[in-house]
This record gives sequence, C-alpha cells and structure tokens, in this order.
Amino acid sequence: MDLRILKNKTAGGVMFFLTVMSLMLVFLMGMGLFLKSAPIFEEHALGELLFSSNWKPLKGEFGFLPFLVGTLWVTGIAIVLSLPVALLTAIYLTEYGDRRVKKYVFPALDILAGLPSVIYGVWGTLLIVPWISEILAPRFVEFSTGYTVLAGGIVLGVMILPLLTSLFIEIFASVPGQLRETSMSLGATRWQTIKKVVLRKTFPGILAAVILAVSRAFGETIAVLMVCGNMPQIPRSLFDSAYPLPALIANNYGEMLSLPDYEAALMFAALMLFVVILLFNLVSRAVLYRIEKSFI
Amino acid sequence: MKFKFIEEKIFKVLMYMATLTVFGFVLSIVWTVASKGWNAMSWDMITKLPGGGFYIGKEGGFLNAIAGSIYIVGASTLLGLSVSIPVVFYLNVYLKKRSKLAYAARLAYDVLFGIPSIVYGAFGFTLMIYFGLRTSLLGGIIVVTLLIIPVFIRSMDEAARQFPREILDAAYSLGATRYETIRVVLRQIAPGIATATLLSIGRAIGDAAGVMFTAGYTDSIPTSLSQPAATLPLAVFFQMSSPVKEVQERAYAAALVLTLIVLALSVAGRIITSRFSKNKLK
Repeated sequence: MDLRILKNKTAGGVMFFLTVMSLMLVFLMGMGLFLKSAPIFEEHALGELLFSSNWKPLKGEFGFLPFLVGTLWVTGIAIVLSLPVALLTAIYLTEYGDRRVKKYVFPALDILAGLPSVIYGVWGTLLIVPWISEILAPRFVEFSTGYTVLAGGIVLGVMILPLLTSLFIEIFASVPGQLRETSMSLGATRWQTIKKVVLRKTFPGILAAVILAVSRAFGETIAVLMVCGNMPQIPRSLFDSAYPLPALIANNYGEMLSLPDYEAALMFAALMLFVVILLFNLVSRAVLYRIEKSFI
Repeated sequence: MKFKFIEEKIFKVLMYMATLTVFGFVLSIVWTVASKGWNAMSWDMITKLPGGGFYIGKEGGFLNAIAGSIYIVGASTLLGLSVSIPVVFYLNVYLKKRSKLAYAARLAYDVLFGIPSIVYGAFGFTLMIYFGLRTSLLGGIIVVTLLIIPVFIRSMDEAARQFPREILDAAYSLGATRYETIRVVLRQIAPGIATATLLSIGRAIGDAAGVMFTAGYTDSIPTSLSQPAATLPLAVFFQMSSPVKEVQERAYAAALVLTLIVLALSVAGRIITSRFSKNKLK
C-alpha cells in the first residue's frame, strides 16, 4: 500500500482513539466516583443520606440535608440576582446596543468570565462580607458575621453573570430579523416586540441557559468556601451561615483518608454533584443545539 | 403619551442600569484586588521562597506558588494541545458533517466543560489512590490536563467549524489525503488555536479546587514530578484564611499577581482575534 495512504489511515486510527478516549472520560468519572462511594450505601439508605440533618462523621452519621439546602439557597439567590441583569444586558446588546457600547461590554464580560474563582472569593471577603455584616444585616437581624448565604449568593451571582449573558446574546441573535420587522410593521414598539416575539420565541433557550447557569453555580467551590461561613446547619434566613456541598468536599479532603466511611461519604457528595450537573448539562445542551439548528 | 412608549422608556433605563452593573462589578473586583494587593506588593514577594516563620508573618515570598503554577500550567497546556488538535481535526475533517459520533463527542465535551473542577479533583484523587500516587506535581498536571481538554476542544472546534469546506475539496482534488490537509487546516485555524490556548491557560492557572486534592501544597519548588507543588490560587486561599495580618496581606499580593496574569491573557486574546486573522480566507 502507498505510504501516504497508510499514514492517512494510521493517523485516522490514532485520532479516533483519542476522541473515543476523551469521550469515555464522562463514563470513567461516573464509574470511579460511584465505586468509591459504594461503601456508604452498605450502611446507610439513600433516603437517610439525603434527608437526615445529622452530620457526625466521627460517629458514622452522614446526613447531607444541611449541605444540600445550603447549596440550593446559595444557587437560588445567585440566579434571582443575576437573571434580570443578564437578560436586560443581553437584550440591550442584541436589540438596541450600538457598536461603541459593545466594544466595551464584551471585554468586560470576558474579564468577568476569566477571573479565577479564588479572586471572586477575595473580593467577596473584602467587600461583600463586611458590607453585609456592617451595613445590611443590622437593619434586619441583631447580629451577623457577614459570612452568609447572601454573601455566597451575591458572589456566585456575579460569577454566573457572564455565562448567562453570553448565552442569552447567542440565543437572541439566533432569532431571524424578519420576525422583528413583521412585529414592528404592525405598530409594536421595540420593547413590545422583544416581550411578545423575541422572549416568547426563545423561551426554551432561556430556560436551558438558566439550567446551565444553575449547574455552574452548584459546582463552584473556592469562592463559596470563602464567603459562606461553613457551618453544617440548615440556614433559616439570608443572614445565616451555610455549608454548600462543594465546600464540604474541599474542606475535608485532608482528614477523610483516616476514616473509610468518611471518604466514601465525601465521594458520594462528589457523585451527587456529578450526576446532577451531568443531567442538567445534557438537557440544556440538547435544547440549545436544537435552537442553533432551527434558525440556521 | 401612550402606555407602550412609557413602558419602552422604563425598560430602556433598566437596560442601561443592567449594562452599567456589569461594568460596576468588573471595576469593583479589579479595584479591590489592585488597591489591596498593591500595598502588599514587593520584589521579595515574587522572587523569594517562604522563609522560616513565613506563616506567622516573617519574611519570604510566594515564588514557590508562582513556579508551581507555571510548571502545572505549562505541562498541561502542552499535553492538552497534543490531545485536542487531533480530536478537533478528526471531528471536522475525518467525520462527516452529520456524523452521530461527532454529535455525541461535541455533547460530551460540552458536558465535561460544565463539570466543576472539584469533581475533577475528587476523580483525580481516586485515580491517584488507584495508581498509588501521592499528592504531586504529576497528579496536578493530570487533573488540570483533563480539566482543560474540553476548553481546548470546544473553542478550537468553533473556529474549525467555520472553516470553508471548499478549501478541503481543493486540497483533495490536488490529490491530498485527508491527513495531508492538516497543514492547510492548521494554518487557517491558527488564530483559533491561539485563542483556545489562552482560554485554557486562564482556566488552568485559576483552578484551585482541582489541584487542591492532587498537587497539594509545599514551601519549596518541586524538583521532580513526584513532589507536591504549590499553586497561586491555593497560595491566595491558604494565606487568606490565616489570622495573622501580614500573611493575609500576602494573599492580596498573590491575588494581584493572579489577576494581572488573567487580564494579560484576556488582552492578548483580543489582540489575536482582531489582528492575526489575516491569513484567513473569507
């Protein structure tokens, strides 16, 4: 056989192998985490792990409820704060924005997206935490350290802002211009067109983007670890401390080796994150792909 | 005035405010880190290793973390490139446009991109236990490589998908095999590869949760792959949690160094996309 064709075939084989191997990473990851967390299921029922709030690793009690609730609180606050800002910014940039504004907003979003999470943590500790404990919290509660679910929510909200905004921009840009022209020729204002045509048409995409942002917020570790206070309790108000799941894993990796059950419990925490984020990502990406296709 | 015009005005104002908020956050973060970090900054910080008593506020710097980050980021970027370029080439040249494998692969990379680094860290940790490795430079490099491969592939693939098919047909008609078109393709997507590399470096250098489990932390510069390595984000994180004020100050200095690196990467990315696309055929 010709050497060139042989080369072509071998290269193809090698590339196919690399592609499949990197694909397998998803399965390997799930398998590895599942096998490592399997011992925890032998002694505890899944329901007990998820819905008990007794967290005493030394006595072998692993109730993840406080951590799950903490994660949900922080993520919820982040989405509530960042969704309106991201939506309005994206609408402004795609529907109204002139070039000069875009020239400055896109780099700003890039920077926000590129900053490491530890920097957000530093910012949160230096600015948001004191602001909550000294200015905001005294108006509502007697005392708060500032290391609260609210601080975590604000910091996370800023972190997911660039992701949400850029997804929204992509989604809005995929709406064909004719739809807008038709709506406006019927006498609708720009905002009416946006509200009744663009937002309605792109609703599935917006939902998918939000799910994607939720899954990003679920997994954020270092920033949340630095501002949430890390108390294994169920937060009752915005000014209580919380202990989100990723923070739990990161904080205890050193000691977990001494107790096999503890290690399994933390690996179970990682497995939970993995499964939830995997599902959320699969659903929202599938929706986003369909949108991409339908408009091209 | 009609209600619809008032509504339009109100929302326009809200949109201005939202856009300004984005700027506000960027300025606030950069300003906070810069002003705090600048005061704590000195040559010693970036040229010296931690001395004795470093963690109770005595002298020294965080050269260990800078060196560790450079080792890990450098090695994993090279490894990441050597896996991702073939994968992207395979997806775009070897596979057909509507291939099921290409769809599955793109979906998988998008999903992997979304998996948080703490999960990569936990997974890397189980791998290391399985192979009997301790926390080491090698462990950190492996995890960070896995972490940035999806970043590489996704952003290179975006550039490669816009690659005009006619050029491939022209190459085939001259008798080139699929593999031989790699020279043409690489030249065309070179700016894409460069931006992808910058993005990946940014993600790699900022990652803390992944290397925490796997690379560990140390006060010296690692001399072999089996020694633990410090990294900049972890230097910020650990020194921040110290009760000693002088140590906290160093965290701010390290944070400033990290921020400057990320800003520089972002600027470089902008310049590449705007200037070096001249080789590209439209």
